[in-house]
Amino acid sequence: MTVASPERVLLKGNEAIAEAAVQAGCDAYFGYPITPQAELLEWMARRMPEEGRPFVQAESEIGAISMALGAGATGARVMVSTSSPGFSLMAEGMSYMAGSEVPAVVVNIMRGGPGLGSIGPAQADYFQAVKGHGHGDYRVPVLAPASIAEAMALVADAFEIAERYRTPVILLADGVLGQAMEPVVPVYRNPPRQVGDWMLGGADGRPPRVVRSLDLHPEALEAHNDRLQAKYRTIESREVRWAGERLDDAEVLIVAYGIAARVARSAINRAREAGLRVGLFRPISLWPFPSAALAEAAAHARAILVVELSAGQLVEDVRLAVEGRVPVFHHGRTGGMVPVPTDVVEALRRAWAITPDRAARPAGGAR
Amino acid sequence: MTVPDVGVPARVIASRPALLEDRSTHYCPGCGHGVVHRLVAEVLEELGVGSRTIAVAAVGCAVFAYEYLHVDFLEAQHGRAPAVATGVRRVRPDAFVLTYQGDGDLAAIGTAEIVHAAARGERITTVFVNNGTYGMTGGQLAPTSLLGQRTSSTPLGRDARLNGYPLPITEMLALIPGTAYAARGSVATPATIGKTKAMLRRACEAQIEDRGFGIVEVLSNCPVGWGMTPVESIGHLAEVAETYPLGVLVDRGREG
Repeated sequence: MTVASPERVLLKGNEAIAEAAVQAGCDAYFGYPITPQAELLEWMARRMPEEGRPFVQAESEIGAISMALGAGATGARVMVSTSSPGFSLMAEGMSYMAGSEVPAVVVNIMRGGPGLGSIGPAQADYFQAVKGHGHGDYRVPVLAPASIAEAMALVADAFEIAERYRTPVILLADGVLGQAMEPVVPVYRNPPRQVGDWMLGGADGRPPRVVRSLDLHPEALEAHNDRLQAKYRTIESREVRWAGERLDDAEVLIVAYGIAARVARSAINRAREAGLRVGLFRPISLWPFPSAALAEAAAHARAILVVELSAGQLVEDVRLAVEGRVPVFHHGRTGGMVPVPTDVVEALRRAWAITPDRAARPAGGAR
Repeated sequence: MTVPDVGVPARVIASRPALLEDRSTHYCPGCGHGVVHRLVAEVLEELGVGSRTIAVAAVGCAVFAYEYLHVDFLEAQHGRAPAVATGVRRVRPDAFVLTYQGDGDLAAIGTAEIVHAAARGERITTVFVNNGTYGMTGGQLAPTSLLGQRTSSTPLGRDARLNGYPLPITEMLALIPGTAYAARGSVATPATIGKTKAMLRRACEAQIEDRGFGIVEVLSNCPVGWGMTPVESIGHLAEVAETYPLGVLVDRGREG
């Protein structure tokens, strides 16, 4: 079901994500206050009871993710939200959810780290979200919006992916997207429901069901893990998302997600005015990472510049994707600082200056 | 089985509860978990809630409770069972929600979760089996271990100066207004087992009657962890009860 409100409204990111979840049929929300995510919790505190649905402010992020595990195990559509330090605390629960295959949407509005860090925006949790938060051999889909409108759309998609594959899904955004206001025409979607013979509800006229991650028999646990891995391969083949802008004639690609992609867009406009042919490759699913699409988009590029709000995390996946065929540069800010277009343009100029023209590249590098 | 003709009609005076699976358990010989499992099965059956029960298994010896109790089960992270049960309860108001936790799980790593489930007055029932040690990992010091108790991590005995005092967590939980029922029983004797069953029933009724959180602490034995024979360990429960007195700690809001 898709509902479009014709009116353009000014929405704050955190509140827009929350309302998108309400409209997507979120059955229960559990959270704990932390900046810069608190408005999401506050919106849910008001809206969920209005809809007659449970809202619980938990004793900790550990409590919140545990409540999500319990609610999700009954087949309920569940969301939790937090920011970086709280995301660390949710890691335990996400590992159990991955192991016991319980769906939920986990929102992380990232702030500067490490430790208590700052309350400014960051993308410092890329490794944590993409490469593994909790213990064990598992993967979790990660969706990264670059605008408030996209964040709202991805909320519904995240629920759908979570339930289709019985997995937690992370919506990974930075503090700017959480705190900023943007004019949007809200489009809401309530994805169709799954019915599973694993959902708990009481063994009434059927054998009892058990949702668990423990299996002390190594052969059985390996078989379970093999099944999880097969599921991850399916997700990798079906759920890759990315967007490209001005790639057709681009000699240098900026790879950026979230707010960094917005900064990159401004930098690209300025660079093109100066005669540099630059395009944007924006991963939307950080796992599965759009490796093949990036390798193809970069096949004829002279350089890639990765722009992110971290000291260099996304850049590693970019390097893996192009496997040394294209030089990869990095421009990052940390601690709650956001890159500015001027600095990105400067980084583009440097990358341009020290890489050979496409025509001069050895065979195989040029079309 | 044929019943020998002894001149009077045969009648059943004891049987296995239908909610208790007919299988041998992984518990050590003499362990009290088997008795508590049976009590839980009997109470759920007598209250008629088995078919709508969603139980939460906690990390520890009783993590395999789902192998023995014929109800839907969810496995929680260590200590988090009350929070997991909260999630179940809030989206399933029609369900009967139970957690089955040990003392390491509930009184150490899961202290925050149990305290706040009680503070919220969650309509859940907690079966808290206190055997004063971490049985599954080899008999280490638990928050509930007695002063002087030798464990694999207090080889010289629990010293209050170094290891702190036994934690009376059920008394603490009884102070909280959200706790409708809190009591402490024991598997020491048939008499205490009978009283413990009545306590479990009351704790479950607190949930059914929508009065609040219910908990029964059951003093139980760990012969292997304590380095005792099963018979010695059962006898030792009398000493355990000197630190943890048996009885009802709070019973709020009951009508009549």
